[in-house]
Amino acid sequence: MSELKAGSTTGPRSRPLSPHLQIYRPMLTMMMSVAHRVTGAALYFGILLLAWWLVAAATGPNAYAYVEWFMGTLIGRVVLFGYTFALLHHLLGGIRHLIWDTLHGLEPAERELLTVATLVGSISLTLVVWIVGYLAMGGPR
Amino acid sequence: MIGLQPNDMRTAARRVRGLGAARSGTRDFWHQRVTSVAGIPLTVALIVIVIALLGRSHAAVVQILGSPFVAIIMLLFILNSAYHMWIGMQEIILDYVHDDKYKFLSLMMNTFFVIAVGLACAFAILKLSFGV
Repeated sequence: MSELKAGSTTGPRSRPLSPHLQIYRPMLTMMMSVAHRVTGAALYFGILLLAWWLVAAATGPNAYAYVEWFMGTLIGRVVLFGYTFALLHHLLGGIRHLIWDTLHGLEPAERELLTVATLVGSISLTLVVWIVGYLAMGGPR
Repeated sequence: MIGLQPNDMRTAARRVRGLGAARSGTRDFWHQRVTSVAGIPLTVALIVIVIALLGRSHAAVVQILGSPFVAIIMLLFILNSAYHMWIGMQEIILDYVHDDKYKFLSLMMNTFFVIAVGLACAFAILKLSFGV
């Protein structure tokens, strides 16, 4: 009873708060969940690259040449590489979440495996896409 | 207010249950799954199309992007992605923006951005296809 009296009787009693992010030890599944949201947000703005490319192609040769020039610069390549990685990371992460939505792969070992597979897979696929891309263009320029 | 009719006999809790911060229930959750499944083959197709177009002349790019099959795939990718990213950004906003004024302002900006960028992409593809 004395504990009940300890609280303030004038204002609303402070409610217990559920633990939030800062109380947990960072885990891979948690970091990859954050990464899924970050890559999603990056792709949200990254679609401007696709829009720029398509609108330039529809505008004419000069506008298209300008996009090609920008994508050929170091900054353009870095942005495009980042976009490729974000796209593939979000794609594989999305597949992982779809698997989890079906209640499969949720055991500790399985979910760790799926999470590592997403990370390794997205890095490898990004490199594969860029190697195929350079081969399609006939070597780095 | 949501569902406040003069003869509404439902309790306040019944009226709002399941509607969530965006007042749309589980519809967005489900549509996000539908667009993510559709996005798997469409993203693979986009990557193949972009690689196939690397280093080609403007005339060749226009011809390939404007061909019906490629244009339809591109349009599907754009429309599917636009809806998917609209839901996704809405979810991010609802998680972090709690003040009603900024929340609805940013939700509105989300809608404007997605429609503008989606329409720009779709218009470009249609123009390439119809060759005007």
